[in-house]
Amino acid sequence: MNRFVEIVNLEKTYYGHGFFKRSKNAVKAVDRVSFGIEKKSVYGLVGESGCGKTSLVRSVLYLDPPTDGEVWVDNTLLGGLKATELRSFRRRMQIVFQDPNSALNPKMNIQDSLEEGLFNRGLDNSRRKELVTRMLDLVGISPSHSTRYPHEFSGGQKQRIVIARALCMEPDFLVLDEPVSNLDVSIQAQIINLLQDLKSELGLTYLFISHDLNLVAYLSDQIAVMYKGRLVETGSTDEIMGHPMHPYTLKLFSSIPGMQTTPAADDFTAPEAAASGGDKKPLEGANVCSYCDPCPMAGQECRGQEPQLETIDGSHKVACLKLANHN
Amino acid sequence: MTVSNNNLLEIKNLDISFIQARGAAHALRGIDLTISSGEILALVGESGSGKTVTSMSIMGLVPTPPARVNAGSLLFKGEELIGRPHAEMRKIRGNEIAMVFQEPAKYLNPSLKIGEQITEMLILHLGMSKRQAVEKSLEFLDVVGLGKSRRVLNAYPHELSGGMKQRAMIAMAICCNPSLLLADEPTTALDVTLQLQILKLIRSLKATFSMGILFISHNLGIVREIADRVSVIYAGKIVESASNKALFENTLHPYTSALLQSIPDAKKRGHRLRAIPGSVPDAENIPQGCSFHPRCALASDRCSQEIPMTKDYGNGHSAACHMVQ
Amino acid sequence: MIPGDPALTIAGVDAAESDIQAIRAKLGTDKPMLNQYLEWIWDVFRFDFGTSLTSGRPVSDLIMERFPLTLTLAVLGILLSIVIAIPLGVISAVRRWSFWDYLGMLFSQAGMAIPSFWLGILLLMLLSIKYRVFPLFGSGSINHLILPSISLGIARAAVLLRLTRASMVEELSKEYVITARAKGLTERMVNYKHALRNALLPVITIAGIQLGYMLGGAIIIEQVFSLPGLGRLFLFAVYQRDFPLIQGGVVFVAFVFSFINFAVDILYSVLNPKIRIS
Repeated sequence: MNRFVEIVNLEKTYYGHGFFKRSKNAVKAVDRVSFGIEKKSVYGLVGESGCGKTSLVRSVLYLDPPTDGEVWVDNTLLGGLKATELRSFRRRMQIVFQDPNSALNPKMNIQDSLEEGLFNRGLDNSRRKELVTRMLDLVGISPSHSTRYPHEFSGGQKQRIVIARALCMEPDFLVLDEPVSNLDVSIQAQIINLLQDLKSELGLTYLFISHDLNLVAYLSDQIAVMYKGRLVETGSTDEIMGHPMHPYTLKLFSSIPGMQTTPAADDFTAPEAAASGGDKKPLEGANVCSYCDPCPMAGQECRGQEPQLETIDGSHKVACLKLANHN
Repeated sequence: MTVSNNNLLEIKNLDISFIQARGAAHALRGIDLTISSGEILALVGESGSGKTVTSMSIMGLVPTPPARVNAGSLLFKGEELIGRPHAEMRKIRGNEIAMVFQEPAKYLNPSLKIGEQITEMLILHLGMSKRQAVEKSLEFLDVVGLGKSRRVLNAYPHELSGGMKQRAMIAMAICCNPSLLLADEPTTALDVTLQLQILKLIRSLKATFSMGILFISHNLGIVREIADRVSVIYAGKIVESASNKALFENTLHPYTSALLQSIPDAKKRGHRLRAIPGSVPDAENIPQGCSFHPRCALASDRCSQEIPMTKDYGNGHSAACHMVQ
Repeated sequence: MIPGDPALTIAGVDAAESDIQAIRAKLGTDKPMLNQYLEWIWDVFRFDFGTSLTSGRPVSDLIMERFPLTLTLAVLGILLSIVIAIPLGVISAVRRWSFWDYLGMLFSQAGMAIPSFWLGILLLMLLSIKYRVFPLFGSGSINHLILPSISLGIARAAVLLRLTRASMVEELSKEYVITARAKGLTERMVNYKHALRNALLPVITIAGIQLGYMLGGAIIIEQVFSLPGLGRLFLFAVYQRDFPLIQGGVVFVAFVFSFINFAVDILYSVLNPKIRIS
């Protein structure tokens, strides 16, 4: 019944450091987010810095357990696992970060870095070596270089090594958090191709996070657009790219250089608050649309009611009161 | 050759290496660039290609040693900048040639108010009084879209959002009315929705103040959006120069076209991207012959032996490749 | 627990057992350890540190009598070290590998290697005995404190100098320094207006902590220069098993130390606009 990954009403609230009262500076980084990822598909998540992408990822992987909501991976409820069970389950969910330079320990050679995670899996020496060799080979790093240290590799190679390290755990769900944005332009395509090859070869499921709409559109089967901790639009790539509807999605589209076709806010003089997709939403006054301030379409109702994701067509859902009224 | 005083900046055959313990790094290998007033020239390249060395050498901020200028000249308004005494260069920097950097959060002083960081330039270069400088700063905050805000003037950098910081930095750069503005990846650290706003601002500066602008970027999409002319740099050498339209519609150099083809977008879904194999050479180990030949799909024997000359293909479109007819 | 019995010290070794018992009862040292501790805590909360066993005077009086001297010594010492360390550290960083940098390195190596008591004795021999510029011992005037504060300050200066240099080198490598240069500012403005301000932040923290240490009394230096400061008071208290005085001293030093740290934090937030906000 469930899809391979199922996120239900996920919420992550961070509390300020009040001495006695802890609710004072609470911010909802992730606010009732639900979506599902089909097995062997790519789910793209788009949003700007500070929109809650990173908090969402941490919550989904239970690196930082969510405040509320459920995460199901392969029909297992992560919140229902004991700490030890969670630890062994985590093998199946790996993450690749943006910056390969800080993701590898500079004092450890590649072999040791990759083998480290395997000790917990109780594999014997020869099996570990074999796995590391196979994965390095798979990502296009010569296994004969495995005694080298991170600084001897270029940025693109380091990212390949980071991917190989994740693969050594033999996961089936991989979270890719801006995996190419720190790489040179001519290298990005190599890594993207690699990720696609690995997916079909190993039958992986990806949650792909990026601020680059072009890249997400290229790689993903489904796309979700996130703004201030909320999903504002979800749907298949064709739906989103063909008929973007939410004013914020439109704004993102119009921001792609060389793609100024959509009628969205043209605001060199707009108030700066409009542009910061950033600031997390404070708990107070939750009963408004989070995008109502910068939104060119916003009306009275947007300030009195919070829009929910509503189906427009097929899998296409939009959280906007203005659009819901038109239908 | 055209008469040099038509050009605001004319770089001829600039060749710079860095002498290090482990050998020399050949950062720039004879580059030519010209910028006129009221024109945006984009310099496109990847990390380590020599973009930043170019802008820093225009500013006279490449320390020698470790750097060494092997050859070439940098003519600004017809006058040579290379070899100018430090004191003279200092009067040009910030005053006639100004610079905007990539990450405003790092490039602004965290413990000085925005106002102080702007007014100190006006006081130093234009000899204004403190009060005049404050008035002038407010005007320029207005120009960059922050309004005549004393609140911004009295703010510390961390109190402003990323976009506001970059606007403040631009205000700082243009406050002495420089004729040449160097913008080093000014939008890279910003969110996508902010990028376009900053690009518009930079374009408006070109029109309002008829500044010449050197826009450095690795992002071809942004370059296409903003540049009048584009030069592509690879391993310290300009491989292709053309007008914006010609570069994107009639690409000559295999590196440029490979870059363009490797950019993902929705239309390429389901197809493998045409990635460029290998990696960017570092300045210590530049391949013999054409520096791009090990990664080039078209490369022949000649490419691995002979450095291609830059040839003009009409209308100011030039490229350095043996394989372009 | 410190070995030895204060009752024995007071009564003398050849006193009668009954006298010793009486003294113990008077002091309260015959009660269980926990009771003694709770009673003492209770008194401390009422700012009553008890009475010194050896002199019979209130502990707080004894401490307050000695504190001004220690305070003056510590403040002079830290001022001296700041005056030496910051300029030399900044010059070392700005002109790396220059004469000044090597001088700074030599100074800091020497300053850290030389024990302060040895430096004190050396200074006394040279400036008090041979040339008679400063008094040999005693206290009461600022002249008596100059040599001790030099002996104290040099070692602190050595540490602060290393820190200032490192911090300044780090700041000078930051991006905003490139901006400052690109603005055409003079090197002087780049170094002193832009970089120094940020570089001093960690230096102030460490200088504050050092001041805190020195306020607890400089036992050895006070001994060398025969200064009646806190350090000597506490040292004698330990010799004499004067428990109330030792306990009062520890509490006092802890309090002063926390206070200085708090003051440094306040100062830090004034200098660092990023902290001021939160």
